[in-house]
Amino acid sequence: MTGKLRKLALVASTAFIGLSAQGALAQSVTMAVAAPVTSLDPHYHQLSPNNAVADTIFDKLVNTDAKSNNLPGLALSWRAVEPNVWEFKLRPNVRFHNGNEFTAEDVAFTLQRLPNVPNSPSSFAAYSRPIQAIEIVDPLTIRFRTAAPHPLMPLDMTNVRILDRETHQNATTEEFNAGRAAIGTGPYRVVSHRSGDRIEFERNDNYWGDRAAFQRVIYRMITNDAARTAALLAGDVEFIDQVPTSDLAKLRQDNRIALSETVGLRLIFLGLDHLRPANENSPFITDNDGKPLGRNPLQDVRVRRALSIAIDRKAIVDRVMEGAAVPAGQFLPEGVYTHVPGVTPPPFDPDGARRLLAEAGYPQGFRIQLNGPNDRYVNDARIIQAIGQMWTRIGVRTTVEAQPWTTFIGRAGRADFSSHLIGWGSNPDGSHPLRNILATVTREKGWGSSNRGRYSNPRVDGLLDQSLVELDEAKRVQMVIEAQRIAAEDVGVIPLHIQTNIWGMRRHLAHDARNDELTRAQDVRPAAR
Amino acid sequence: MTVYLVRRILQALLVVLAMSLIVFIGVYAIGDPVEILISPDADQIERERAVQALGLDLPLWQQYAVFLTKALQGDLGRSFVYNEPALKLILQRMPATLELAFGATIIALIIGLPLGLYAGLRPEGRFSRVIMAGSILGFSLPTFWVGLMLIMVFAVYLGWLPSTGRGDTGTLLGLQWSFLTWDGIRHMTMPAINLALFKISLVIRLTRAGVRETMLMDYVKFARAKGLSPARVTFVHVFKNILIPVVTVVGLELGSTIAFSVVTESVFAWPGMGKLIIDSINVLDRPVIVAYLMMIVLMFIAINLIVDLTYSMLDPRVRLESKGT
Amino acid sequence: MSDAVIPAKIADKVETPFRRFVSEFAESKVALGGLVVFIIIALLAIFAPWITPQNPYDLAELDIMDGRMEPGTVGGAGFTFLLGTDDQGRDMLSGIIYGLRISLIVGAGSALIACLIGASLGLLAAYAGGRTDSVIMRLVDLQLSFPTILAALMILAFLGKGIMNVVIALVLVEWAYYARTVRGTALVERRREYIEAAQCLALPTHRILFRHLLPNCLPPLIVVGTMQVARAIALEATLSFLGLGVPITEPSLGLLIANGYEYMLSGKYWISFYPGIALLITIVSINLVGDQLRDVLNPRLKK
Repeated sequence: MTGKLRKLALVASTAFIGLSAQGALAQSVTMAVAAPVTSLDPHYHQLSPNNAVADTIFDKLVNTDAKSNNLPGLALSWRAVEPNVWEFKLRPNVRFHNGNEFTAEDVAFTLQRLPNVPNSPSSFAAYSRPIQAIEIVDPLTIRFRTAAPHPLMPLDMTNVRILDRETHQNATTEEFNAGRAAIGTGPYRVVSHRSGDRIEFERNDNYWGDRAAFQRVIYRMITNDAARTAALLAGDVEFIDQVPTSDLAKLRQDNRIALSETVGLRLIFLGLDHLRPANENSPFITDNDGKPLGRNPLQDVRVRRALSIAIDRKAIVDRVMEGAAVPAGQFLPEGVYTHVPGVTPPPFDPDGARRLLAEAGYPQGFRIQLNGPNDRYVNDARIIQAIGQMWTRIGVRTTVEAQPWTTFIGRAGRADFSSHLIGWGSNPDGSHPLRNILATVTREKGWGSSNRGRYSNPRVDGLLDQSLVELDEAKRVQMVIEAQRIAAEDVGVIPLHIQTNIWGMRRHLAHDARNDELTRAQDVRPAAR
Repeated sequence: MTVYLVRRILQALLVVLAMSLIVFIGVYAIGDPVEILISPDADQIERERAVQALGLDLPLWQQYAVFLTKALQGDLGRSFVYNEPALKLILQRMPATLELAFGATIIALIIGLPLGLYAGLRPEGRFSRVIMAGSILGFSLPTFWVGLMLIMVFAVYLGWLPSTGRGDTGTLLGLQWSFLTWDGIRHMTMPAINLALFKISLVIRLTRAGVRETMLMDYVKFARAKGLSPARVTFVHVFKNILIPVVTVVGLELGSTIAFSVVTESVFAWPGMGKLIIDSINVLDRPVIVAYLMMIVLMFIAINLIVDLTYSMLDPRVRLESKGT
Repeated sequence: MSDAVIPAKIADKVETPFRRFVSEFAESKVALGGLVVFIIIALLAIFAPWITPQNPYDLAELDIMDGRMEPGTVGGAGFTFLLGTDDQGRDMLSGIIYGLRISLIVGAGSALIACLIGASLGLLAAYAGGRTDSVIMRLVDLQLSFPTILAALMILAFLGKGIMNVVIALVLVEWAYYARTVRGTALVERRREYIEAAQCLALPTHRILFRHLLPNCLPPLIVVGTMQVARAIALEATLSFLGLGVPITEPSLGLLIANGYEYMLSGKYWISFYPGIALLITIVSINLVGDQLRDVLNPRLKK
């Protein structure tokens, strides 16, 4: 056989293998996810892995695309007909997996169920709370009346998976988990569920939207990072999420593997102690001899800025995150509508940091302990060590303590730490981080529930207050941006980087990377050839 | 005998009670389950609601009282995470762990006993030295590391065995078992070996030590002097005597494998009880932790009881009723 | 002072027990080799600050720009990373030598304390019997069924992070193994004639326990003991793997391995391979010494 001929034969045979493999593979796909799905009840526990699976089985009035933009879901359109009334026009001819028709009754039922799921450790009740009255205009039109104008209603509805009134009238979480009640309108239906192990899906051939690519999906849970990558390499699974950064370089070179990635919505940042006033000690800050300092240096914006510009974000992204992140100076990445234009990642400037410290009255620096979790965010314990190195170089001698989330989060919530690393997975609206992290802790308004450093700035609060009732979208977005700008200039928190979400798959697959981190079966399809 | 058993059962109840109390206090000290479980963007009202829904708003002693009252009626509570009865969750996961633990123990005995016997009978032999040196490997490397090495070699590079998961199962007694299908056994092989490594070393070393010692005892010398065949001496006289430490330790090992094969189950994504308990501890799912540990403590008490009974059967010198009382 | 247990025929030469012990120990060249290696390791651990090119615990000496360098690379500080660096730019050689320290303290420390507590309670249980036995053994049951990770989390919550707290957690977990093993053997031993003889002589209880009963329970205890040192070191590695081990800025061998574990698939083998080798050598040497000790100290193996 001549070389040319042999090459031709090889091409022909690979093409043949490729075709037949694709034929067989198009029938089914095996995926492995990192985080265990704890329940198939879409309203029991607000948790990303549960939400991802719920999005496979159920639909929402407002769906979101891969970039978290709102899309018509079970609602075709929506608008505020009065300042206090939202109207949703529903999609006709949609059927649940069991053949029941979808109508406005089902929406009303779903919203009533949200606060009434027994034992829920994290319910979806907050999304129905602003609604004071529900009005069914006709089977395909529904109105929600609120106490005050509520511009975030469509955004709220992207979190509510719609159930069937007939089927789910008395359905318990247990029945959902067993698969019996896991009946929605979504692109896949549940065949079986082995808790903590796997879920098997079958395509819903009557789906109203784009038909899913695979007849059958096996959705496995492999929590150990290395084991998940190994399973992909061994070919036991064809698709994994949360590719560990340590394996990225190797996987990029492997021609059997493809990656899909996108900048996400999760900011990793440092929370600082704003709780102790300027003339009191912060718990983990001392002078260089280990004696109490008598004041809280973190109340001085110059110190906060010094700590921020002492951090070489690019080095952390390149060396610790192995490129799987972008340096950040604010909560949302570029391209999102509430991203603050002009607020860039603070440039690395150790000399400037030392000058600022001297100006603030700490020419010799001080000592601080940086706390963080070691099992929550990508490379969390490594990042705080790297920051420990950088802070120590500007004279702020840093010790680093990492502990499991289980013990960390309680202490962080009590504001026990002087500085701590934490993350925030945002929705694309800047009001989300503002309300939860930067707003003054106010129980009545539900503000600042994750404001673990107790940051407080009346100007931020004022703008947020106005924006929450502003129905003019352009004005509202402007207020949200302005509030974020103020908080960024005040260094309320120290932003580090926004994570890149990465999925890995065998070459014969393709995937639409989502910035909300959800791993959904309908986003996987055979690769184009 | 009956008195003895009744007393042991009463003691068992006390121990179970103590365990539940320790877990209640321990979990309370470690942290707040709601902080861990709740969505980060939940507001204060929602947080308070969740605390109430899970019954965590009561003072600790009242929570414990509620638990005890329900436990007496056979209800050990519902999981915070799965919203299912804790006991049901545990029982669902039990077959996977049981078959893995027994698989590992059987592997350990099949490999460990003969090698240990050989090393004990020929302590100076070259092969014996190799066995002993090799046995050190079994317990000096951390399980998670060995597990990943196994996966890398046998699944990624050689492709002989599936890397993770449980594979197909067959039904027996209404439960799902992997050992009933070929695919299931293939999936079981690596995690079972991973768990067995430490046990093999343990059995080898205990057996060897026992054999060496027993061979020098008068009754063995006497049996040999009487002209009994070496095989008979070894398997009847020596073997019987070394079984005591082996039974004790293997019994305990089996117990702790069933209870805490946490790391192996995590690395191999094996959906057993070990995986359940570590996940539950990480989110402080107290009902599951309490129910689980109460069950495990009962199991250990049972194992110890069996070990004690076996002692007295294997060695008449040990009497059940201690005269000390 | 000769022990009641030692058969008379061996005491024909005039020698001190210590000299006899040494000469018997030295009979095995392998064990002697193990001892030498162990002494070298111990010296390395003790003099770590004077022999390592870097203080791996000082964040100021580390630079992430030197992270994950291959063995033999010259780093920013000007010296060669003979065994490469980890993700923080920590010189692996320095890290391993310092890590030996922590691992030895944690492993040997916890095993020793656990052995003392466990063996005493086990002996007492077997000898006293009755209620004492019941209480101790039910405590053992309780302890054996208590997961290490939960114990470690509770200690972390009560006492915070630290090397000593890891030792406490390990002791809490391990003493029960010793107690169970010792009691098992002692139950058999206490029925033997020499104990009855000692009891007839009305010797005090502690004397019978520690001078007569204990030596005869030693062989299985040393088997378990030397293994438990190894196991404690490995268990500490596992705790580190679960995020509950020693502080991340003061890594033990176990933590170094757990850290490098994630890089195994990516070909950066040195981050966990070399600490693994160091751990292996340490444990093998401890066990070679332990095995020989067990044989020498075993009164029933005397020729």
